[in-house]
Amino acid sequence: MTEITALARQFIEAIPHAKALGMRLESLGEGRVVMSMPWDARFVGDPATGVLHGGAVSALMDTASGAAVMCHPAAPVSTATLDLRIDYFRPAAPGQAITARAECYHVTRTVAFVRVTAVDEDETRPVAAATGAFTLDRPRGVQA
Amino acid sequence: MSRARPEPVQVVKQRRDGALRRLVSGVPYIQYLGIQFDRRGDELTAVLPFDDKLIGNPALPALHGGVTAAFLEVAAIIELSWSTLWLEMEEGRLDPASIAATAPLLPKTIDFTVDYLRSGLPRDAYARARVNRSGRRYASVHVEAWQDNRSRLFAQATGHFLMPPAPGEPAE
Repeated sequence: MTEITALARQFIEAIPHAKALGMRLESLGEGRVVMSMPWDARFVGDPATGVLHGGAVSALMDTASGAAVMCHPAAPVSTATLDLRIDYFRPAAPGQAITARAECYHVTRTVAFVRVTAVDEDETRPVAAATGAFTLDRPRGVQA
Repeated sequence: MSRARPEPVQVVKQRRDGALRRLVSGVPYIQYLGIQFDRRGDELTAVLPFDDKLIGNPALPALHGGVTAAFLEVAAIIELSWSTLWLEMEEGRLDPASIAATAPLLPKTIDFTVDYLRSGLPRDAYARARVNRSGRRYASVHVEAWQDNRSRLFAQATGHFLMPPAPGEPAE
């Protein structure tokens, strides 16, 4: 497992867009990932209130989801989003970091299913949630 | 009985382009991603010029799925606001000066479902949105994105939006 997590960490830290948005890998386990993104004035969607744009929150949730697939015990060599449905519950509090918790809860031979929740500092009221299907590219020669 | 002379084309263009600019330029995240809007009459095409910071998979390389989602969401929201703004502007209900003075309130996303059809190449991307239903409170918008070839979409999405309160209507 440590080998898988090391590979997953490497995969996540090599994503240019994740770096550009200041995303940080907080923790990582079997098919589970916690990632955070600091509030940044450049990622604001509503300048009147300073609320982050939904797209930035989506990018964080998509990254955390892909990362959760990468650190699943199936040890995929690569993954890509097939579909992602995002529900927005409330505006994120201005100035606060967003934390996304993603879980790859089921895999087939070729597909991984993920759910993810995003919160700000008030962890009792989620900001957004998403579910997605991801491709699962298994290492060559390995069958489920 | 004579018809009023139509306005000079430059005046019309200036008003429409100004309204569009006001809608787009006030949102920092749209500027950060570098999204632009190309206008032909009332038809908008969102343009995302390629940049290294938009990459999600450096091995391929491919656009980040989150960038694709954000690009489609921005295209949908701007189209939805623009279609409302256009009607009010063209019917003369909206004073051009007021468009310039205050940024219009944008619709809020309720949900957004993205269908990734192929990986986004390290090239410019384009998107067009269609408002399928726009009520007083809720709207449903479909949006399609492509790169080199209009008929080979690389992603599409459908979203539901909460409309901003009409002028004079109390906020929720």
